[in-house]
Amino acid sequence: MNEEQIQHYGDALYDAWRERRTIAPLLEQEPDITLADAYRIQLRYIERRVAAGETIVGKKIGVTSKPVQDFLGVFQPDFGQLTSGMVYQEGDVIDLGTLIQPKAEAELAFVLKEDLQGPGVTAMDVIRATDYVVPCFEIVDSRITDWKIRIQDTVADNASCGVYVLGKTKGDPRKLDITLAGMVLEKNGELHSTGVGAAVQGSPANAVAWLANTLGELGIPFKAGEVILSGSQSALVPVVDGDELVCTVGGLGSCRVKFSGRSAV
Amino acid sequence: MSMEITLSREDIVRLCERVEGAQTRAYAIPKLTDEYPGMTIGDGYAVQLELRRRFLARGHKQVGWKAGLTSKAKMKQMGVDVPSIGFLTDRMARPENAAISTADLVHPRVECEVAFVMKDELKGPGCTAGAVLAATDYVLPAVEIIDSRFSGFKFDLPSVVADNGSSARFVGGGRARYAQDLDLRTLGVVLEKNGEIVAMGASAAVLGHPAEAIAMLVNILAELGESLPAGSFVMSGGITEAIAVKPGDSVIARFQELGSVSMRFVE
Repeated sequence: MNEEQIQHYGDALYDAWRERRTIAPLLEQEPDITLADAYRIQLRYIERRVAAGETIVGKKIGVTSKPVQDFLGVFQPDFGQLTSGMVYQEGDVIDLGTLIQPKAEAELAFVLKEDLQGPGVTAMDVIRATDYVVPCFEIVDSRITDWKIRIQDTVADNASCGVYVLGKTKGDPRKLDITLAGMVLEKNGELHSTGVGAAVQGSPANAVAWLANTLGELGIPFKAGEVILSGSQSALVPVVDGDELVCTVGGLGSCRVKFSGRSAV
Repeated sequence: MSMEITLSREDIVRLCERVEGAQTRAYAIPKLTDEYPGMTIGDGYAVQLELRRRFLARGHKQVGWKAGLTSKAKMKQMGVDVPSIGFLTDRMARPENAAISTADLVHPRVECEVAFVMKDELKGPGCTAGAVLAATDYVLPAVEIIDSRFSGFKFDLPSVVADNGSSARFVGGGRARYAQDLDLRTLGVVLEKNGEIVAMGASAAVLGHPAEAIAMLVNILAELGESLPAGSFVMSGGITEAIAVKPGDSVIARFQELGSVSMRFVE
């Protein structure tokens, strides 16, 4: 795709995000979009948000489980950028009015104490470079109508990122089995579903290593202090006004989040 | 739950012989309710206890019990609000790392469970998860090899209870731990077959906490007029879905904090 097309679709996604509405799947409009094109569209969308005053605070990794990869017909994860406007603190109530068609995912987040420069990064480097891990919720959202996404659509749409909340309990990955740590998700006081770290690329550290290597090839920096959401360990949970979710990572701790208001769809 | 017995002693013995034949010679039979549509859960347990009586009379030793249908999803699917239980004998036990023959099984499946070994006797009714933890000597990881004797693994609650809760084989292993040293609610589990992850979950999938399943088992035993003896080995129910296995398959279950349990299957 030429630069004009890239800008067009990046701007269309930015406008849809700002106006809380959806657009038709990009692949319906432009059947030949490649994955590389999709990342360029994502970059344009994020540049628009940065130009409007946000800063880049981290990355999210998506499409990390085998069922989702099978569904989208891909063999690797994808990634999006986390911006300052996406951050909620634990205890905040998430205003669904700022979102379009949100769903929650329970994850493990990494915070780096050293830069990770790929290619050549292994899971062992990830543990070494990690300051701490925390349980977190990512609230994914799609600017694409009815979540009718293929891999190019979700990549262009910043990996369907909405907002996120980090828990307050920090863990050291040298003292915690992040691969076998259980994930228990409760919705409104009832057990919703369970999972385990291994659901993410065999281990969340593998997903972060993948990201470091992918960013390295694209020349995108991956810096100390950045937050990395490593990928969903739970089922996707649609949320409405009044819902409360708690995720607990075995051996680590919990993250609790409440929702109010109405999303656009 | 009603433990009312509606079948005659003659019918119970007849059904027991049918189940015993299917278990011993490894063939599938239609579910029992096809012939006895009015069969109750109490009838199912009467058949199961008759089966146990016959096994014990032949010199098998009972080593404990198992809880089944302990996930909310499975109970909802079956239209019941209680798990089922089944007895475990020494003949069903296989050592860790064993080669397990499938020749004497119908359609075996494996699932990951947290197992409890009791230091004190427990009696219902009114047994709680707290009482279970206080009476527990240690917990360990286990893999249960279930094998419904009913065609297509299709059954209802009275039939599966009569079939001893699909009990077939079990392997305990890994690392023994004191229950109070662990959060038994959030233990992660990964089941691998031939090196590939085939099922995952966390222990809360079992009634919110595995000790809750043991408490329900003790309360069911009370309705049958029995207690859970000290020394019992008790499996609390599948954390993961059950995965079919065949000869040549190698299985390893990896548990957070509890190590792993492995086995392979042969002709």
